[in-house]
Amino acid sequence: MSEPQQANDRSGRPAGAFITEYSKPLPHPSPFSKPYWEAARAHEFKLQQCGKCGKFIYYPRPRCQHCLSDQLEWKKCSGRGTVYSYTVAHYAPTPAFKEIPFVLAIVDLEEGPRMTTNIVAPPDKIKIGMPVKVFFDDVTPECTLVKFEPA
Amino acid sequence: MSLKRKAAAIGIGEVRPFREPGDETALSLMAKVSAEAIADAGLEKKDIDGVLNAVPFSDPAGFYPASFCEMIGIEPSMLDIVDIGGAIGTGMFWRAAAAIDAGMCNAVLCVGGDLNRPGEAPFPWISLEREFEWPYGYIAPTLGYAMIAKRHMHEYGTTSAQLAKIAVDQRTNALKNPLARFNDRPLTVDDVLNSRLLADPLHIYDIVSPQCGASAFIVVSPEIAKRSKHPPVWLLGAGESSDHSVISYAPSITTSCVKPAAEAAFKMAGLKPKDMHFVQPYDCFTITVLVALEDAGFIKKGQGGPFVMEHDLTYAGDLPCNTHGGQLSFGQAGFAGGMSHVTEGIRQLMGRGEGRQVKNASVGFVNGNGGVMSEQCSIILERQS
Ligand SMILES: [Zn+2]
Repeated sequence: MSEPQQANDRSGRPAGAFITEYSKPLPHPSPFSKPYWEAARAHEFKLQQCGKCGKFIYYPRPRCQHCLSDQLEWKKCSGRGTVYSYTVAHYAPTPAFKEIPFVLAIVDLEEGPRMTTNIVAPPDKIKIGMPVKVFFDDVTPECTLVKFEPA
Repeated sequence: MSLKRKAAAIGIGEVRPFREPGDETALSLMAKVSAEAIADAGLEKKDIDGVLNAVPFSDPAGFYPASFCEMIGIEPSMLDIVDIGGAIGTGMFWRAAAAIDAGMCNAVLCVGGDLNRPGEAPFPWISLEREFEWPYGYIAPTLGYAMIAKRHMHEYGTTSAQLAKIAVDQRTNALKNPLARFNDRPLTVDDVLNSRLLADPLHIYDIVSPQCGASAFIVVSPEIAKRSKHPPVWLLGAGESSDHSVISYAPSITTSCVKPAAEAAFKMAGLKPKDMHFVQPYDCFTITVLVALEDAGFIKKGQGGPFVMEHDLTYAGDLPCNTHGGQLSFGQAGFAGGMSHVTEGIRQLMGRGEGRQVKNASVGFVNGNGGVMSEQCSIILERQS
């Protein structure tokens, strides 16, 4: 699935450089999630905050799920949280995730919401409740995934 | 308003789950169990005036019920799909009863069938999951249930051996079920613990095996039930709930919305968990059974681990659980998987449980669970004495 290949013009790398093709699923931003992914690409962690009830929201939504207000503002967030739960995957759920083991986690963000993410750390160093901080993984030139690492 | 004793199941059809599809398709399997269920109910095809379908993972499509009815030549006055994953079977039962009670139809064919592999058309997952879950590898429910198990262990001290005991007792049940896919040898706690760790803490024997298969049951009005050749199995209560789709966004991952669903079902039935003679909780994973039994009120919250070690969950035990073997040993036929818990509940109450018959069973609890504890539907069934 991810054989090394000759860089093409779109990679932005010098001609002749070998890159590894990124074959895992990539997000296809919607009009209301686009600011989230643009911020991530700039290595900023932004969440929507409801202008009516004040709550922070993850994932990006067209309206606040607490009060249905559409008065949502993008706010730069701390990028800090704690591990609510996690699992160490010892198999590839699809062929693209053949680099195993990997850690899938649910992180309690400091601002309130929970988030599905990966924790980039040796699996035996991860514990429920441990503090984590944001880690921006530039998986392609166009896309940065928001992951976490031990704080 | 209540659906208590407003409709009854009088016939079932089911194929033994199998690994390789050969010449079968989801549609051919559904046609087969439909014919079997109609005959088992002592009805003719023309008597069926309601149809509820589960759209198969292996052949997903819109406008599904009309196509299915056209294929097998039924012209219903009520037709729909039920789209709540593993809660489809229990969800079909009360929807059929509600449609009958509302006068829309008299005899509803509830049917689902699936293959254990994707077909030509990809399953249409919602954009939200593709955007916020898939990039992190959260594509398989196994990983979600593993995170539930991990947190349950953290909060309550639950162990892998305790989870394994659920699979072991269900296997004992399967050994007495000729229709179960895995009925040839017993399973031990060590077998489970020594099996491959797929997603910590879940081992391969904590996890269902995808199979090809199909199930059907017929729900009818009291008038038709009176003429049934089998003892009618009445709906006493039903409850349904959902508090998330993706487990990361659930209010709690260790206390599920089985709680409100089961409470509503018991309230409608006017009964309590202790009144049940058996339970058929949807089991895609061992942890699913543990959480469902706690939240449905059969076990005090957090005490599921010690409880399953101290109690016998086999058909001969003090809390017979998934007497057909559960999906863990019966096999999981895609979106039809949760229908097997309903057909087995009906079988037990009709007294057709063969070597695994629960003695004097006259009332039982069935819970369907979709997604990752996302959709819950509990029903209580009764054989009127
Ligand atoms: Zn709000």
